[in-house]
Amino acid sequence: MQPGRFSLKRLAYLDVYVLRGLSIRKSDSLQGSLDLLVLKILSRRARLHGYAIMSAIQDISGEVLRVEEGSLYPALHRMEEAGWIRAEWITKDSGKRARMYELTAAGKKQLGAEESRWQAVTLAVNRVLREA
Amino acid sequence: MSLWSRMTNVLRGERLNREIDEELEAHIEEAIAQGRDPAEARRAFGSTLRHREKSRDIRLITWLESLRADAIFGWRQLAKTKITSAAAILSLALAIGACTSAFRLIDALLLRPLPVANPERLYDLSRQGTGPEGKPQTFDEWAYPDFQLMRAAVVNQAELIAISSAEPADLTYKSDEEIERAYLQYVSGWMFSTLGIRPALGRVFTENDDLKAGGHPYAVLSHDYWTHRFGQDPTVIGRTFRMGNTLYEIAGVAEAPFTGTEPGTMVDIFVPTMMHPAVTRKDSTWHRTLAMVKPGATFEPIRQKLDATSRAFEEERAKGFLGMRKEDIDNYLNQTVLLEPAASGVSDLQSETRRPLAILGVLVALVLLIACANVANLMAAQASARAREMAVRVSIGGGRWRLVQLVLVQSAWLALLAAVVGGLFAWWSGPFVVSMINPPDNPARLLLPADWRVLGFGLALALAVTLLFGLVPALRASSVNPVSALKGGEDPHSKRRLMHALIAIQVAFCFLVLFVAGLFVKTFDRLSHQPTGFSADRLLVLDAVAKQPQPLEFWEQLAEHLRSVQGVETVALTDSPLLGGNSWNNFVSINGAPPNGVLSFMRGVSPGWLEAMKIPLIDGRDFLPADTHPGSALVNETFAKTYFDGVDPVGKAFDLAADEGGRLQYQIVGYVRDVRYRNLREPILPQFYVPFHSVGVSGVPRKKGAATLLVRTSISNARALAAVLRQEVPRARPEFRVSRIRTQLEINQSHTVRDRLLATLALFFAIVALLLAGVGLYGVLHYSVLQRRHEIGIRIAVGAQAGGIARLVTMDVFSMVFLGAAAGVTLGMASVRFIESLFYQVKATDLQILALPSLAILAGASLAALPAVIRAVRIDPVTMLRAE
Repeated sequence: MQPGRFSLKRLAYLDVYVLRGLSIRKSDSLQGSLDLLVLKILSRRARLHGYAIMSAIQDISGEVLRVEEGSLYPALHRMEEAGWIRAEWITKDSGKRARMYELTAAGKKQLGAEESRWQAVTLAVNRVLREA
Repeated sequence: MSLWSRMTNVLRGERLNREIDEELEAHIEEAIAQGRDPAEARRAFGSTLRHREKSRDIRLITWLESLRADAIFGWRQLAKTKITSAAAILSLALAIGACTSAFRLIDALLLRPLPVANPERLYDLSRQGTGPEGKPQTFDEWAYPDFQLMRAAVVNQAELIAISSAEPADLTYKSDEEIERAYLQYVSGWMFSTLGIRPALGRVFTENDDLKAGGHPYAVLSHDYWTHRFGQDPTVIGRTFRMGNTLYEIAGVAEAPFTGTEPGTMVDIFVPTMMHPAVTRKDSTWHRTLAMVKPGATFEPIRQKLDATSRAFEEERAKGFLGMRKEDIDNYLNQTVLLEPAASGVSDLQSETRRPLAILGVLVALVLLIACANVANLMAAQASARAREMAVRVSIGGGRWRLVQLVLVQSAWLALLAAVVGGLFAWWSGPFVVSMINPPDNPARLLLPADWRVLGFGLALALAVTLLFGLVPALRASSVNPVSALKGGEDPHSKRRLMHALIAIQVAFCFLVLFVAGLFVKTFDRLSHQPTGFSADRLLVLDAVAKQPQPLEFWEQLAEHLRSVQGVETVALTDSPLLGGNSWNNFVSINGAPPNGVLSFMRGVSPGWLEAMKIPLIDGRDFLPADTHPGSALVNETFAKTYFDGVDPVGKAFDLAADEGGRLQYQIVGYVRDVRYRNLREPILPQFYVPFHSVGVSGVPRKKGAATLLVRTSISNARALAAVLRQEVPRARPEFRVSRIRTQLEINQSHTVRDRLLATLALFFAIVALLLAGVGLYGVLHYSVLQRRHEIGIRIAVGAQAGGIARLVTMDVFSMVFLGAAAGVTLGMASVRFIESLFYQVKATDLQILALPSLAILAGASLAALPAVIRAVRIDPVTMLRAE
C-alpha cells in the first residue's frame, strides 16, 4: 500500500465500520479502518495488550465504535506479520502472561499513509453529501 | 523477516497454536477481570477456534503447512505398507539409477562442452566422398600441407587448428632403462590462444613455437599428467625427455580442466605439429582440423573456400598418382568438405559409441517406464483401497486440489527416495561401466564429473517420474464421488481397466528390451566365436623399439635370444600384429594390367611367422632367410580369389606401385589360409605377406627402429613370461627396449569389448525389465483376486472347477500380455532398422530372436500369475460369504 494511492476498491472503507446504532449490518468486518484505529492508538500509548486496545477504541469513540472482539486478534497478527507492530510476551503480577503490542517505524509510516487516505475519503464523502 | 518467520512457524505449528490460544484466553480473562459477566464475555468473543485458525493462517505459510502435513501423512502411508513401498522404491531406484548413470556417460562423452573458450564456435573439418569399395564415407584426417593452404584461405573468417589423435608414445626422462608411455598429441602452436587455454605453470605454445619442421622440441604437459606423474612439482619446467631421437624440453603446464579435444582420451603431453615426422608430407593424413569460426563470419562461404582449396591441393597431388584407375582417382577427388559442430570435442570413441549409447539410453528409458507403470499400478491399487478415505475427505470439505496434492506428495516421496538410492547406484555404476568399455591396453580415460548437470538430470527425472505415475491416480482419487464411494464402491472395473492397459504397455516395452538384448547377445556370441584363422593361445605380442634403426641381423639376434628363454616355444618377427590396428595397403596389379580397384593388405613377416601364428600353408613354402621385400610374397585365399579366380597362385607374380615411383615385383612362394586382418566384422580382406627382410631400391637392406616379436610360449599363462622377457630384451642387445607386451588374446578381445559391454548391459536391462514386468503382473493379479473374492467364492460355492476359476482370474490379464507382446513385436520390427548396423550376422526376423523373448515373457507371466491363481482357487466360499 502506497500513500496517496487509493482505488475504487479502497473506497469500501465505509463498510468496514461498525457504527453502533446507525443500522449498518453487523456482519461487516472491521478490516482496513481497524488498522488505522489500532495504529493510531498504539502511536499514542506504548505497549498495550489486545483487550486494552479494544477498550481504548471504545472509550475514545464514546462507545460509538466497537471492535468485534475475536476479530481483533487476526488483525493484530496480520499487522504484526506486515511488520507495522511488534509483540512481546510479558508476565503480569498475577503470574499470567500477556502479549503486548507496540508500533514499529514501519507502522508509523503506515499510520501516516492510512490517516491521509482516511482524510481523503471522508473529504470526498462530505463533498458528495454537500453538493449532491 | 516476515516470510522467514512464516516459514519457521510451519515447523512449530503446535507451539503456535498454544501461543494464540493463550493470547485469546488472556483476553477473556481480562474482560472478566474488568467485571464483565464470564458467559457474556465468551459469547462476545465468538469462536476461539475460528479466530485461532484465522490467526494461524496469517502467521504461517498455509500451502507450506499443508504440504508439510501431506508429507508426513504420505510418509506414514508408505511406512504402513513397508514391503510394497520398498519394492516400488527399489524398482524405481534401479531404473532411475540406470538412467542417471547412462546420462552421466552420454553427457561426459557426447554432450558436455569442452572446457575451452566459445566451444559453440568450434567445428571439425571432414571430407565426405565415396570410399574404395564404393560406399559413402567420411574422413576427418588431413595432410599438413593441405591444412596450411586451407588455414591461409579462411584466415579472416576462422582460425584452423591442427590436432593429431592422441597416441601412446614411448619416452624416457632419465636413462633409457626407464621407458614409459604417455599420451602424446601434436597440436598447432596457436591452439592454446585460440581455445583460450592459459598456462598453469611456465608457458604454453604460441604461433612462434610452430614454424619450422623439426625445429621446436618443446612440450606442454596437461595438468592431469603434471599432477599424477610429477606430483605438481614446479621445477618440472626445463626438464627434458627423449622420444625417438629427439630431446624435448618441458616449457609449461596447461591449465587444469583441459585434457585435449578428444573425449575418451586424456592427453598427457602436447608437442608442436612441426615436430611430427610427416609434417611436410602431402600423402600422409595424420591430424584432425578444427575450425574456430570468428564471430559474425558466415558459415557457407568458409566451407566453400575450404572445399575449393582442398580440392585444388588434391588435384595437384593426383597428377602424381600412377597405377590407379581413373574412376578411383575421380572418386578420390570428388569429395566435399564438411564442417560439423565440435563443441563437445571429436574422438573415435565418440563416433564408435554414439549409436550404442543412444540405444542403451532408449533401453534404460524403457526400463524406467516399466518401473513407472509398476508404481502407477501400486498407487492405483492403494487409491482404490483409500476410496472411502478420499470420499470422507471430500464430504467434509477437502478441496479437489488438496486431494491431488495429497496423492502427488506421496508419489514424490517414492520418487525422491528412489532418486537418492538411484543416485548412489549411478555414482557407483558410471565408472564401473567405463572400466568395462576399456580394452586393457588402450584404456578410455574419461572424466566423469558428478556435478549440477547430473544432479539436475536426476532431479528432473524424479519430477517427471512423479508426474508420470502420480498424476493419473491423483486425479482419479480426487474425482471420487463421495456418495457412491461411501455406499460401497464405484465401478470396480474402471480401476482394473487402467491397470490392464498398463500391463499391456509394460509387456510391450519388456518385449522390446528383451528383443534388442537378444540381438546384442547374439551379435556378441557370433563375433566372439568368429574364427580368426590363427591361434591366439599362449601367444605374447612384444613391441620392441631401438634408439637408432637397427640392421636385420640384430633383430634376428634378438629373436634368437628370446627363443633360448625358458618357456618360449617359438619367436617370429613382424612389423605389427594381426588385428593390432595398423594397416598397410596397396593396389595390386597382375601382369602389368591396371589394378582392379580392390585394396590388398600387407604385413612384413619373418620366416617362422606362419608357424608361430599357426596359419596353415595350403601350397608352396614359408619364407626363407634369403627372401626379401620386394621379391617374394605369401598370399591368402581371398587374394587368390580376387586376382587368380581362386586357382592356386604359387609361382605366379604381381607388382605394386613403390612409394618412390616405379613398380615393385613379387613372386608368390606360398599360399596360406585366410586370417582376420583389421577386425572381426568385415569380410576377410585380400592379403599378402612380404619378408620382414626389406631392401631399398639400390638393394641395400633397410634398418628398422621398431618391430613386433610374436612369442609363443609353452606355458599356459603366457603373461607370466612378460617380466622375464622385459629383462631379456636389452640383454640380447643393449640397443633394444620393450615398449609394451600384450597377449594376442587381449588384442582379439579388444575388438569385441564394446559388443560385450552392449550385450552385458542389454542383458542386465532385459532381466530387470522382465523382473519389473513380472512384479507388476503379480501385483495386478493379486489385487484383482482380492477385489473379486466374493464373486469367486460364489462361483466356487455353485460348483465352478479350479480350471474355470484360474481361467476367470487370468484371462483378462493374459489377453493383455498377448496384446502387449504383439505390440512389442511390431515395435521391435519397426525399430530394428535404426540399429541394424550394430549387429553382426544376426537377422531380426530369425525365429530364435523372436521366440526367445516371447517365451521368456510367457514364462515370466505364468510364474507371476501362479500365486494369485492358487489364492483364487483356495478361496473358501463359506468363510468368504460369511465374512460379508
